[in-house]
Amino acid sequence: MRQQNSTDGRLTRAFDNDWIGPGIVTLAAVIGISLFQPAFLSSFNIFVLISAISVNMVIALGQLVIIGVGQMNLALGSIGGLAAISFIGLIEKQGVPVPVALAVALGIGVAAGMAGGYIIARTAISAFIITLAGLQVFKGINLGITEAQPFYGVPDVVKAFGTGSVLGPLPWLMVPMVICSLGMWYLFNRMRIGRHILALGSNPHAAELSGIDPKATIIWAHGLSGLLAAVAGVMLAAKLQIGQPTIGDDWLISSFAAPVIGGAVLSGGRVSVGGTFFGVVIIAIITQALVMFNIDPFAVQIVLGALILWAVAINRLREVRIARVQARGASA
Amino acid sequence: MSQSLTDGDPALKPAVVPGRSSGGLRLLLSNEFGLAVLIALTFTTFALTLSGFTSPFSLFTIGRQIGIDTMIGFAMMAVIVTGGLDLSVGAIGVCCAMIFGWLVQVLGLPIFGAIPVTVLFGAGLGFINGYTVVKSGVHSFIITLASMSIFFGVMIFLTKANAFNGLPPEVQVFGKMKLFKTISPLLLISLAVCAALAVFYKVTTLGRQMLATGANPRAAQMSGIRTGAIVVACHMLTGGLAALAGLLVTARTGASVPSMAGHLGQDWLLPAFLAPVLGGTLLSGGRVSVIGTLLGAVFVNVMTSGLLLMRVGEFWILASLGIMLLVAVLADRARQQFLTTKGMI
Repeated sequence: MRQQNSTDGRLTRAFDNDWIGPGIVTLAAVIGISLFQPAFLSSFNIFVLISAISVNMVIALGQLVIIGVGQMNLALGSIGGLAAISFIGLIEKQGVPVPVALAVALGIGVAAGMAGGYIIARTAISAFIITLAGLQVFKGINLGITEAQPFYGVPDVVKAFGTGSVLGPLPWLMVPMVICSLGMWYLFNRMRIGRHILALGSNPHAAELSGIDPKATIIWAHGLSGLLAAVAGVMLAAKLQIGQPTIGDDWLISSFAAPVIGGAVLSGGRVSVGGTFFGVVIIAIITQALVMFNIDPFAVQIVLGALILWAVAINRLREVRIARVQARGASA
Repeated sequence: MSQSLTDGDPALKPAVVPGRSSGGLRLLLSNEFGLAVLIALTFTTFALTLSGFTSPFSLFTIGRQIGIDTMIGFAMMAVIVTGGLDLSVGAIGVCCAMIFGWLVQVLGLPIFGAIPVTVLFGAGLGFINGYTVVKSGVHSFIITLASMSIFFGVMIFLTKANAFNGLPPEVQVFGKMKLFKTISPLLLISLAVCAALAVFYKVTTLGRQMLATGANPRAAQMSGIRTGAIVVACHMLTGGLAALAGLLVTARTGASVPSMAGHLGQDWLLPAFLAPVLGGTLLSGGRVSVIGTLLGAVFVNVMTSGLLLMRVGEFWILASLGIMLLVAVLADRARQQFLTTKGMI
């Protein structure tokens, strides 16, 4: 009996790690698919896969910050799209050097995020409605500037960054993704602002009582989310080699799917950068597999929706089990 | 029962309480009154300054779009009542429009036989949402985010993204019909639904129970309301109304088109929230304003058509709608604070 209890505890502890479950699923999927389609592990395919994962990971991180603080950001995609077309537009129309255009694009992302965060913090109106309004405003500005026509003048250095490889199947696009991921991990685990975000997300009242400034924390979180959206937008423009006004239109579902698969609790306070990474990988592998097995690409939508529900159910079961184990421990 | 509800919970009090000293000011500060004044002002300004704004054709198109936007707004309002939301309204609307097209074009059902089936189908999709929300205990945001992706994906998968273009000509004739040269029957349908919903929330037990569940779920449960079933009912109402909105759009286009609400039906999200929020429906639940939602849709469309006639670019109007939503929620917050400081709430 005692023996069983301790293995049970160890198992629970292992599954308590947010990234273990998605990690196992990822490994199984890679092995399973490559048995049927050896081309899945070809150098080219891995390159394509990592490029997609890189962009989607930065998008997911942008949503993860806001989930951490217990809110949601519907404007993520429209901020990313605005940054992307500003970046390419400044280079093409104004002849601005690439580093300056990059700085302006990222600055736009931060400013757009912080503006939304400021309104949410000041008025305490739900983030959903403010970011829905933000979505419309930023998308309208995007289309007003571009008149729904893409900017084609992407300079060679940006194209090389978006499609070139550092080493073998490892694309340059991986670099900003790794930097952002490590940065966010460090932020959540080692920095004061990260702990404040999670504290505010898990219990706003307690956080405020223990001296955390909720307004500043919310504004910083949204600024950070805007920055990550802008980074992802610029990466996508480089990858597509075109300043598309439609960049960001389809980010909403996947930006929530990956963190939720990675074990993030939507009411806030609990996020996992590692889990989110495996969430992104699972989505990318499934999308790729559907293409390789010639399944209707629209099936991706159905699979994404089903994945979210599945992840929500798993997270729920895990919470119940952890609570039961804790209750048993308390009574013993 | 409904009497005690009205007295006990301030959120459930009607906006105008006759016989109170603050009644007059309360009416002046109500959302509905403010909106009506705004509509009158903007309409008069546009009518005097823009030629063609009051032409019969212009009035017809504005009215028809008001009919559609009002229905979309009602669909979202029905679930906001419980403090939840439904991101999948657009997806449900498109799915229902496609089912209607399939029933009429492929199965050859008569139009009036297909309409109730379509509305029931919408309510069925709403039931899936509501049942999952209640059973899982997860917020409706994430459940309907997933279901919007699934509904839309299955629809595209089944239709191969092809429209049903061969609907009977009556559908298009109905969409283009002009009563007294200016009024679209689509607007009249929405007005009829508006009246029905107003009565529903005011008089019927189910309507009152929905409001009570939204205002205070725990108290509602304590007083014997099966809150779970009520939440499911709200989602079903949303699905049915979204189906009606899908049918209105089908009548306007004369065909069932999979892309009529944009990618995943996301294009409906803004009109769906804009009209109820402008009209004073509380996002936290427990208070609806059916007339307010109608007035909200009227205001948005009067503004949009005026700006279009002023040759403000179509895309900048998108941005201005977002700003309108911001101003609406900020004004609502200011109004509430004013009422609180005056001790009227």
